[in-house]
Amino acid sequence: MLMDNRQEIVRLRVNGDLREVGVPVHYTLLEALRYGLRLTGSKQGCDKGDCGACTVILDGRPTLSCITPVWEAEGSDVVTVEGLATAEGPHPLQDEFDRNGAAQCGFCTPGILCSAAALLERNPSASRQEIQEALGGNLCRCTGYTKIYDAVEAAGARLAETAAPETEGR
Amino acid sequence: MLRLPPFRYHRPTSLAGALSLKGEFGSDAMYVAGGTDLIPNMKHRLFEPDHLIALKGVPELVGIGERDGHLRIGASVTLADVAASEAVRSRFPALAEAAAHVAGPQLRNSGTLGGNVCLDTRCTYYNQTAFWRGALGYCLKKDGDVCHVTKVGKKCVAAHSADTPPVLMTLDAVVVLAGPGGERRVSLADFFVADGILNTQREPDEVLTEILIPLDSATRRQGYAKLRQRKSIDFPLLTVAVAVGLEGDRVQSLDGVVTGLGARPRRLTGWQEIAEGRALDDGLVEELAERAHKQCHPLENIIVDPDWRRAMVAVYVKRALAKARAA
Ligand SMILES: Cc1cc2nc3c(=O)[nH]c(=O)nc-3n(C[C@H](O)[C@H](O)[C@H](O)COP(=O)(O)OP(=O)(O)OC[C@H]3O[C@@H](n4cnc5c(N)ncnc54)[C@H](O)[C@@H]3O)c2cc1C
Ligand code: SF4
Ligand code: FES
Ligand code: FES
Repeated sequence: MLMDNRQEIVRLRVNGDLREVGVPVHYTLLEALRYGLRLTGSKQGCDKGDCGACTVILDGRPTLSCITPVWEAEGSDVVTVEGLATAEGPHPLQDEFDRNGAAQCGFCTPGILCSAAALLERNPSASRQEIQEALGGNLCRCTGYTKIYDAVEAAGARLAETAAPETEGR
Repeated sequence: MLRLPPFRYHRPTSLAGALSLKGEFGSDAMYVAGGTDLIPNMKHRLFEPDHLIALKGVPELVGIGERDGHLRIGASVTLADVAASEAVRSRFPALAEAAAHVAGPQLRNSGTLGGNVCLDTRCTYYNQTAFWRGALGYCLKKDGDVCHVTKVGKKCVAAHSADTPPVLMTLDAVVVLAGPGGERRVSLADFFVADGILNTQREPDEVLTEILIPLDSATRRQGYAKLRQRKSIDFPLLTVAVAVGLEGDRVQSLDGVVTGLGARPRRLTGWQEIAEGRALDDGLVEELAERAHKQCHPLENIIVDPDWRRAMVAVYVKRALAKARAA
């Protein structure tokens, strides 16, 4: 077994910025984000693929950063919860989570926002069932999910209103 | 927090490159595709390879298309892409459904079909941290010399827990394995062996490059049913796949495979004899379910009441057959 903690520089495109950071070579993407780049929005829950708290959007697809070796993300586009808001204000999802009381302790929220943002990007008019399915890999121990689904539905309706029809499909 | 043990990560850009890295590092290296099985297992110190050879950048392993009378699915195609593929859905709906029922959405975005076929077996006493396993004195499969399930046996009976292989077996699929000496094809029916420690015929240096399904299998009516604790994410407690060839309304051929029991998927025996030449009606479905129940004996490799899981065999066989009838 290797006993070392060798560090190397990894190049990541995170929330639109190209970042370079030195990390131990066996780091996960989540560890590089949290401990390398100090982006602590993505949460370290189970740390083994069970809960979805670490979900980030990798090339448009919700991905569990706790089981993704950091090198797999090199050359890809990473979006974390920190990248959802714009200069104009919060993402409609963030606004609707606030209005609908969709977060309690908030630990699951960054991961859920990422899963939901990727869904609405593909299909802002997603049905209730599609929303439930898309959030199937995100556990929440507090809210009972109903308010979360309400918030995603409301944000979807707002996005569908402003979106051009060509955002249909993947 | 679950730290990974130290390793070096290699991203070869060709199959030859992947094989030569494996040749160089030998048993110190492992292949990784989506990593959704291997990375959690490494966090549990079930594997501690010094080198990981990533397969996702290997062009020989991508894509879905027709070739020589087969549907060819590259080993590193993700489960999400298998489930969404029109080429798969139109011909092999049970495979699309099985892929769509593996784990949760994020895991299907990373996890691959090849990784699903090569999935390590699972057991309540194995898929735990090193600390947890150490407290129990470890077990046969890893670091110890007793089996906590059978207590007496000298054989590991950890459960084959992948959802797509039962379907692929009923469709007569074949896998292609590439090693340093060239390629070989193995029928999925022969791929798995009854050894919970290493339950496939794949040699450690071989890469599974593609899965081939005969296009002829598309004429068979397919059914798939899965029992799990939480429908949105969990591994199967039981997965049943069936494929029925009908001539008119008469059964010509019939295959059923159940997994989630022992170290390899179990092909149900005696079905062809019972069913051949008969209509697939309620009476026949009852007989087939009873026959399946007789030969399936879930173990305590998964800590969910084996008697209940056994009773569910009949129920899930009927559900799978109902889907095939409706197909
Ligand atoms: C919370 C959770 C729930 C899950 N639920 C399910 C479930 O319901 N059903 C299910 O079937 N699975 C489930 N899984 C397991 C896993 O996500 C899937 O089986 C997935 O398909 C594995 O593929 P992968 O590409 O991630 O495999 P990896 O982790 O990359 O590899 C798995 C093993 O196969 C080997 N391997 C992979 N690809 C190749 C290849 N091309 N050639 C040679 N060797 C190879 C690797 O060396 C490794 O030993 C679950 C996992 C988690 C974490
Ligand atoms: S079946 Fe027995 S030997 Fe195999 S993993 Fe479980 S406890 Fe260990
Ligand atoms: S922290 Fe990644 S899935 Fe739980
Ligand atoms: S708000 Fe507490 S876990 Fe979801």
